[in-house]
Amino acid sequence: MADKNSHTPLLSMTHIDKSFGEVEVLTDVDFKVGHNEIVGLVGDNGAGKSTLIKIITGVHPPTSGEVYYKGEKITLHSVKRSRELGIETVYQERALADQQALWRNVFAGRELIHKFGFLKVKQQKQETNALLRDHIGFTSKAITTDSMVLSLSGGEKQGIAIGRALYFEADLIILDEPTMGLSLSETRKVLDFVRNIKEQGKSAIFISHNIYYVYPVADRFVILDRGKIAGEFLKQDISQDDLVEKMVQLARTGKLN
Amino acid sequence: MKTARLQQARLEISIAAVLVGIYLLFIIGNPKVFTRFDIYYSFMSTIPFFGIMALAMTLVVTLGEMDLSFPSVLALSALMFGKVFTSTGNIWLAVLVCLLVGLAAGALNSVLIVRVGIPSLVATIGTMFFFRGMVNVIAEGKGISFVKAKGTLIYALCVGRIGDVIPAQAVWMLLLGIGFWLLLHRHKFGSHILFVGDNMDSSRMMGINVERVKTAVFMQMGFFAAFAGILSTLEVTYFWPSQGQGYLLTTLAAVFIGGTSVFGGMGTIFGTFAGAIIIGSLEAGIIAIGLTGFWIQLIYGLIIMVSVSIYAILLRKKT
Repeated sequence: MADKNSHTPLLSMTHIDKSFGEVEVLTDVDFKVGHNEIVGLVGDNGAGKSTLIKIITGVHPPTSGEVYYKGEKITLHSVKRSRELGIETVYQERALADQQALWRNVFAGRELIHKFGFLKVKQQKQETNALLRDHIGFTSKAITTDSMVLSLSGGEKQGIAIGRALYFEADLIILDEPTMGLSLSETRKVLDFVRNIKEQGKSAIFISHNIYYVYPVADRFVILDRGKIAGEFLKQDISQDDLVEKMVQLARTGKLN
Repeated sequence: MKTARLQQARLEISIAAVLVGIYLLFIIGNPKVFTRFDIYYSFMSTIPFFGIMALAMTLVVTLGEMDLSFPSVLALSALMFGKVFTSTGNIWLAVLVCLLVGLAAGALNSVLIVRVGIPSLVATIGTMFFFRGMVNVIAEGKGISFVKAKGTLIYALCVGRIGDVIPAQAVWMLLLGIGFWLLLHRHKFGSHILFVGDNMDSSRMMGINVERVKTAVFMQMGFFAAFAGILSTLEVTYFWPSQGQGYLLTTLAAVFIGGTSVFGGMGTIFGTFAGAIIIGSLEAGIIAIGLTGFWIQLIYGLIIMVSVSIYAILLRKKT
């Protein structure tokens, strides 16, 4: 499926190294995401998944290595810059503020404003409402643009965060452990949100340490282990059971084969 | 279903009810005093000095931070106001320098808090002593007379009496109240304050410049402390080195009685405005209804305990 429409991948990272002081977190990592491709980034806790993501989103600069986006070499030095390029992140913590209304959360950091910085409150509420009903597909009347985040369930919060990314026309959406701490039915909802990304022609990186959640929605799997890429598989080349088998083996022996 | 608007409305109705209740008590307790204009004239001339600082403090508390240094900032900037005025005779220059000193003091606070990383409560205890110490060293215990400022345009604008009945400082507080309300509830900057106060990490992830927001909030606190310094100095046409000390707890009490949450992420300008009126009229009210001055602190404490208990119950999270 991936890379059919275009020769250059959407995102391409080569020879990425990252260390914090003496601790080397990523070593010589090559990582690609194609157009309209969902990449499952899997690996144990501490494998370096979150660090890799923070490099893509501009939170941390890489110690060395190059990042290409849509064929152009870029230096991501801020969250703002990566967003301008069309990279959105849905963090594990969801980046929502509990006591604030949804209409403030959706536009946090990207408010719709009049001259002199005053908010277009009405427009923000209308857009938020459209986002809730159309993009995310909330039907519950209990959730309104004035609802506080703390009154939503975990899956609903994740839906808001993903919907927000889609609303801002991101080409690449990064999902950092989106199913963490969710019940089974809530997890199913989140997986539907991820499928929605694919249907809308966008790409995503789905980070998880649970293969069972990643497998149904991803096109390709990248396994990260102790800061290095341990292996890559297309979904058509590997079954879910084999992939799990390989992960178990990796955890036990440190090798894939 | 909990909505942010509903919660805010409940808080603001509660504080309005407390305000009305207290005034009913005063009017019933001493109709002679509280049905005549004089007492309100007196309130309008005294409340704005700490009321304006309470408005600015609301932003600090909404951010989840604290500032204890503002009474010292008030004194330091008022001292500079006096020094420049007496040495140059130019009151406009004196006002400019005074406000710049306030901004600079706020900037020093934000450097300690944002760059060095000291918790704001601790950092501002330090600067509270430091700024007051500067005042003591420079003023050497001496006050400064502002009698010459009378008759200047600045004097009339700051503390003049509009139509001989309305103190100008009350108009300032009203205008600033509206301005702060717009800023906190209807402006991008206010939205950022709410977001940072609610969840700093989320704000950072959403690309909000957390450091810049904090710096701006502490600087405006310094600025309005300096402004309150100008007003309070001109009102009595005198600067004295311990100026502002009485405002520390009244200002904070106004913010908390008003319903702004000490945990950050939630603030109400309306509440602070009403809170300042309550705090500012209690003393006179208690005396007027026939209690002795010994009762004042007890009733302050009672009202603070009752109002914050109401808020705690209103805000209790469903588990």
